[in-house]
Amino acid sequence: MIPLSEILTYEHDVIVVGAGGAGLRAAIECCKQGMNTGVVCKSLLGKAHTVMAEGGMAAAMGNVDARDNWKVHFRDTMRGGKFMNQWRMAELHAREAPDRVRELEEWGAVFDRTKEGLISQRNFGGHRYPRLAHVGDRTGLELIRTLQDYAIHQGMKVYMECTALDLLKDGDRITGLVGYFRETGRFVVFKANAVIFATGGAGKAWKITSNSWEYTGDGYGMAYTAGAELMDMEFTQFHPTGMVWPPSVRGILVTEGVRGDGGILLNNKGERFMFKYVPPKFAAETADTVEEGNRWLEGDKAARRPPELLTRDVVARAITAEVNAGRGSAHGGALLDIASRRPADVIRKKLPSMYHQFKELGELDITKEPMEVGPTLHYFMGGIRVDHDTQQSTVPGLFACGECSAGMHGANRLGGNSLSDLLVFGRLAGLGASEYSKSIGKKSVTDEKQVLSIIRSATDILNLDKGTNPYLVHEDLQNVMQRYVGIVRSADELQTAKNELERIKKDVALVKSDGASQYNAGWHKALDLRNLLISAEAVTKAAEMRTESRGGHTRIDFEGEREECAKYNIVVKKGEQGMEVRKVERREPPETLKKIAYAKIEDLEREGV
Amino acid sequence: MAKRQFKIWRGNKNGGEFANYQTEIEPGMVVLDAIHSIQAESAGDLAVRWNCKAGKCGSCSMEINGKPRLSCMTRMNSLPANETVTLQPLKTFPVIKDLVTDVSWNYRQKEKIQPLKPKPRDADGNYRMMQEDVDRIQEFRKCIECFLCQDVCHVLRDQDQANNFVGPRFMIYLASLEMHPLDTADRIPTIRKEFGSGLCNITRCCTEVCPEHINITDNGIIPLKERVVDRFYDPVMWVKRKFFGV
Ligand SMILES: Cc1cc2nc3c(=O)[nH]c(=O)nc-3n(C[C@H](O)[C@H](O)[C@H](O)COP(=O)(O)OP(=O)(O)OC[C@H]3O[C@@H](n4cnc5c(N)ncnc54)[C@H](O)[C@@H]3O)c2cc1C
Ligand code: SF4
Ligand code: SF4
Ligand code: FES
Repeated sequence: MIPLSEILTYEHDVIVVGAGGAGLRAAIECCKQGMNTGVVCKSLLGKAHTVMAEGGMAAAMGNVDARDNWKVHFRDTMRGGKFMNQWRMAELHAREAPDRVRELEEWGAVFDRTKEGLISQRNFGGHRYPRLAHVGDRTGLELIRTLQDYAIHQGMKVYMECTALDLLKDGDRITGLVGYFRETGRFVVFKANAVIFATGGAGKAWKITSNSWEYTGDGYGMAYTAGAELMDMEFTQFHPTGMVWPPSVRGILVTEGVRGDGGILLNNKGERFMFKYVPPKFAAETADTVEEGNRWLEGDKAARRPPELLTRDVVARAITAEVNAGRGSAHGGALLDIASRRPADVIRKKLPSMYHQFKELGELDITKEPMEVGPTLHYFMGGIRVDHDTQQSTVPGLFACGECSAGMHGANRLGGNSLSDLLVFGRLAGLGASEYSKSIGKKSVTDEKQVLSIIRSATDILNLDKGTNPYLVHEDLQNVMQRYVGIVRSADELQTAKNELERIKKDVALVKSDGASQYNAGWHKALDLRNLLISAEAVTKAAEMRTESRGGHTRIDFEGEREECAKYNIVVKKGEQGMEVRKVERREPPETLKKIAYAKIEDLEREGV
Repeated sequence: MAKRQFKIWRGNKNGGEFANYQTEIEPGMVVLDAIHSIQAESAGDLAVRWNCKAGKCGSCSMEINGKPRLSCMTRMNSLPANETVTLQPLKTFPVIKDLVTDVSWNYRQKEKIQPLKPKPRDADGNYRMMQEDVDRIQEFRKCIECFLCQDVCHVLRDQDQANNFVGPRFMIYLASLEMHPLDTADRIPTIRKEFGSGLCNITRCCTEVCPEHINITDNGIIPLKERVVDRFYDPVMWVKRKFFGV
């Protein structure tokens, strides 16, 4: 084995893993705090998952409807999250998002404008007012490009196409990590006082997903292995509208902006079925006739929003129910119609990527025909458990922000609340990690044994004589999760999933890839499997423990929300005997926040900011 | 569905050759799907760069039957049915392995360009910009940095002028900064000297391959050249103006 002195080593105050919106915003903040900052990311700079975000970022700026303010945004977020959110995080997010959006504009982002020349805002599910700052339907690209172009002038060092394998520790605290460059297969050690994870979710554990290959749950896997706690893992968001046809594009997202801009959902009988699925809690704020929905679209402020804009969990379940009742579209989805609602040129202007995407991939003109859509695994509300204000995990020196962290979104995320989350908590994680790094002072030594053991388990995969095929093992895992830990769950199915995961675990241990370590796709996939499996197991076990239906977690054997289940979050941690799952009691929220969350909407509007 | 034949370039910076593969094609499949099937079935270590598989990240650029394209947006049924599909890496950039090239040169170009220098905000903390005034830079900002235009531009591809010309991608990046309503910097001198605007002779090959349908030449490069001409002298623009009235 190679001695430590011959392994490529870089030293930074803070290392950020991930260059999506959260990672870049965190790294920018670290630079602003004077930290020597390094960024490690699996793909090229500017290509992270964030680039795919479409609809917009939510911030209560009130540019389009002056009645909006942070309190209403906070209330919407808590209600959307079924009160499982960490109160303080939802508060920080709602308060700070407008400043973060304006800052982005100062750094070069060019949002669509209102008539007055301000940042325009669009409607989205679960948001009371038009709140999403956007650029057509390519807001994620605008966000990531702006941060990227700003970041490269802040003095950080970016290590592209470099994959983190595992964290290094000295006793309890983090001292860096080991990774490899995809291009060469060469291993590398990063020494740092603090590590920020901004690694995104784990959608690739499912077969039908809107997520890219990067979403293999590396952050969850590495944090878990290092002893950090994961929380709320049972809350997985199935976006109601993914493409369903043709098969090769199944899962690719159709932005909620289609519905925000007037699109309606129909079953194969032509019925606008969402009116049948309005939950009592939202009935008072949802239109109950087609006519009222239409008035709302035309801008009548007295009209209530149409039911297509209910939260994602509700819409996804409704589509599933329609399909199961035999009222689905030709390929097992619902019909999403914008063609009959808006003129063709407006559709092309407001939803250019959707127009393009269906035209190129589905051979369908959305200005003429309805789209076929169905649920697709989209987002992890759960993730690494962090402190509200500093974003530090339960392991000293490890911080997390963005999709890989937990708490902000509770049981269900509102559309648009992720991009703003990335900015708000990316910045806070940067501040938290910088503060921490300063308090640590000088760096500690790297433990050679840990480094070599991480490298050895990675190279073993290449050195086996024979073993399992990583592509097939991955497919196997995706089928299991799709089938047994889908949008509607039951105790029996979850038990089956657990057994299946145990079986797959054995295959993962024997996985082998051919060829050398230079840009070897099979080897990369093999290395991802461990983290995918940890993520899948965490979701399954947490889902088993939560005996109710709430937000992104639906149990057919425990229908509806249960009062006693609202009292805890579920936490997953590595134990002596494997994965440990437990309930942690939720703290009582401060009175002031409670008052806002349960307030009548009219009262909040009147109060203003 | 039918089996299709593929010829894929395998190798690295020391050289390589085409290898033959075949795989089953299902309805709706794009070239990238076919590559994934080939990886799973017969070439586990085949290198390909991709990310979103939805035409949004610009990672999966390669030359398909000789044309620079996004492999995730090229449907199999758009290629001639009875012919072998030929896949090779972008020619303009050095190969890393198989279909993956080293595009780091592009990242270095961007670092050389002076970033946005915004004017102060209005008194109420907002910026005001009219939609009409941002329409044209929003077009440039659709760029997904796939570098297909860089690959096809003959100044970079055949004339080896990488030290003298930043290429179409960065010409429109420069345009998006120069035409940004909030910007206060002046990049015109560098656009001519350092970034080589004069080397572009408006062949429009870049515009033709852009998967985002950005009108790179007419909306970006020509207006920039005009700004340069207004201040300095650009032979190509001078000829165009004199004889074609552009
Ligand atoms: C199609 C689609 C549309 C969406 N639209 C919206 C929307 O309109 N509004 C909204 O608010 N949200 C939207 N979302 C959700 C939102 O885009 C994501 O939640 C968000 O972008 C996640 O950002 P992030 O910074 O946490 O992670 P990402 O942007 O995913 O970045 C993760 C980073 O971590 C790196 N990484 C991961 N593992 C490793 C490793 N082991 N080593 C090194 N690097 C690693 C990756 O390379 C990448 O750079 C959408 C999501 C999808 C899929
Ligand atoms: S128009 Fe100019 S930049 Fe575009 S390909 Fe031709 S020479 Fe290159
Ligand atoms: S301008 Fe078009 S072709 Fe060039 S990099 Fe951008 S998206 Fe690609
Ligand atoms: S994979 Fe993102 S553009 Fe093709």
